[in-house]
Amino acid sequence: MNSLGTGGVAWHVAMKDLRIEWRGRVVINQVLPFAALVMVAFAFALDSDAVLQRTAGGLVWLATMFSTFLIVQRSYAADVDDGALESLRAAGIDMQGVFLGKSLAVMVELFLLQCVLVLVGFVLYDVQMSLSGWGMLLVTMVGATLGLGFVGVLYGGLIAGAGYRETLLPLLVLPVVAPVLLAATRATESAIGVSGLTIADGWPWVGILFVFAGIFGLGGLLSFDSVVEG
Amino acid sequence: MSAVIELHDVVALYGSHPALAGATLRVNRGEIIVVRGPNGAGKSSLLRLCAGLVAPSRGTAVVLDHDLSVDRDRVGKRVGLLGQRNGLFLDLSAAENVQFWGQLSGASAAEMSEAMQRMGITNSLATRRVGSMSTGQRKRVALACLVTRRAELWLLDEPHSGLDASGRDELDEVLRQAANAGATIVLASHESERAERLGARVVSMSGGQVVS
Repeated sequence: MNSLGTGGVAWHVAMKDLRIEWRGRVVINQVLPFAALVMVAFAFALDSDAVLQRTAGGLVWLATMFSTFLIVQRSYAADVDDGALESLRAAGIDMQGVFLGKSLAVMVELFLLQCVLVLVGFVLYDVQMSLSGWGMLLVTMVGATLGLGFVGVLYGGLIAGAGYRETLLPLLVLPVVAPVLLAATRATESAIGVSGLTIADGWPWVGILFVFAGIFGLGGLLSFDSVVEG
Repeated sequence: MSAVIELHDVVALYGSHPALAGATLRVNRGEIIVVRGPNGAGKSSLLRLCAGLVAPSRGTAVVLDHDLSVDRDRVGKRVGLLGQRNGLFLDLSAAENVQFWGQLSGASAAEMSEAMQRMGITNSLATRRVGSMSTGQRKRVALACLVTRRAELWLLDEPHSGLDASGRDELDEVLRQAANAGATIVLASHESERAERLGARVVSMSGGQVVS
């Protein structure tokens, strides 16, 4: 049998996951409205323009993190409903490719969602930003997306076969992605210029995001097969 | 005749429960074997062990010349397991499922198309979402995926369940064709008459052991 390598498997798995999402439109019809509602709820709860402008970065990333759980759960639901994930393992398919493919699909969905959330958040909270600030925010979004995607898919695989996985995932992932929330928030605040912060103050936080993504990307590649088998 | 499966006194544990308790079995290339036995006899565990999904805790287990104690990761590529679930993506169409599995296995478009035709998946059925199909139709899609993978050893857990009479006969024909083409087939089934129709050797299991 002429099986594909890691890259080929990753590509087909990513296309399959994106096709399933496009068919069901769960991100567009459910996750996006949920995330937007969370941000509107924050606006009502805080009820102060000054506070909202200062906390806008953190609020956007909190909404993003909540949305990550929904996207990852949806991604695995399609794989475990009829035992497809186990079949992939049983068929000797390259599980590193499966990890990369699922991560890629989750990241694409997450990045597009973030683009909308950032625009909604900045309009809703009346945030102004310079051109270089937008540049930093874009890099921050890429770094955070990589980290959230790798961690989400790795831990999603860990509990794919478990009962109560909907509640288990946030419980396991929230503490792990705390550095992403912190670093992305600080970088975004620097991009906006909250409390006198400058763009230069944000780059170390952006660096943390990419280091985090690198660690979990590598960790996921090395351990995904065992994690899914467990 | 060369052995595709050779198990000797194999024990496999789920936690502390022995799913297989000293199973011994030899299956030759091109054979069709029907494994019978009551629920909990170890039929599904035997198939999962042969697919490399369960490690033997004791005994000798060699499948397609791979010793499962040390080498079970490499068995999967040569084995097609159709378990109690079909391993399909319910939100995709039948054709998209076959295409996905075929692409991962390096099958050509012609091979995928032929596999679907062999399983009677044509026209409207091919473009239908698997989640909206009957149990029998899903089984046919799963078997088409198996055909595209060109597995040497087919391990099928109750493959006839959910199929109507004509579907069962069609499946028997597919299994005979696969065996004639050199595939070895092991299927777990409650139906004794099915073995006769397939001209298969019957093996009985009880308490995690092969008893006859």
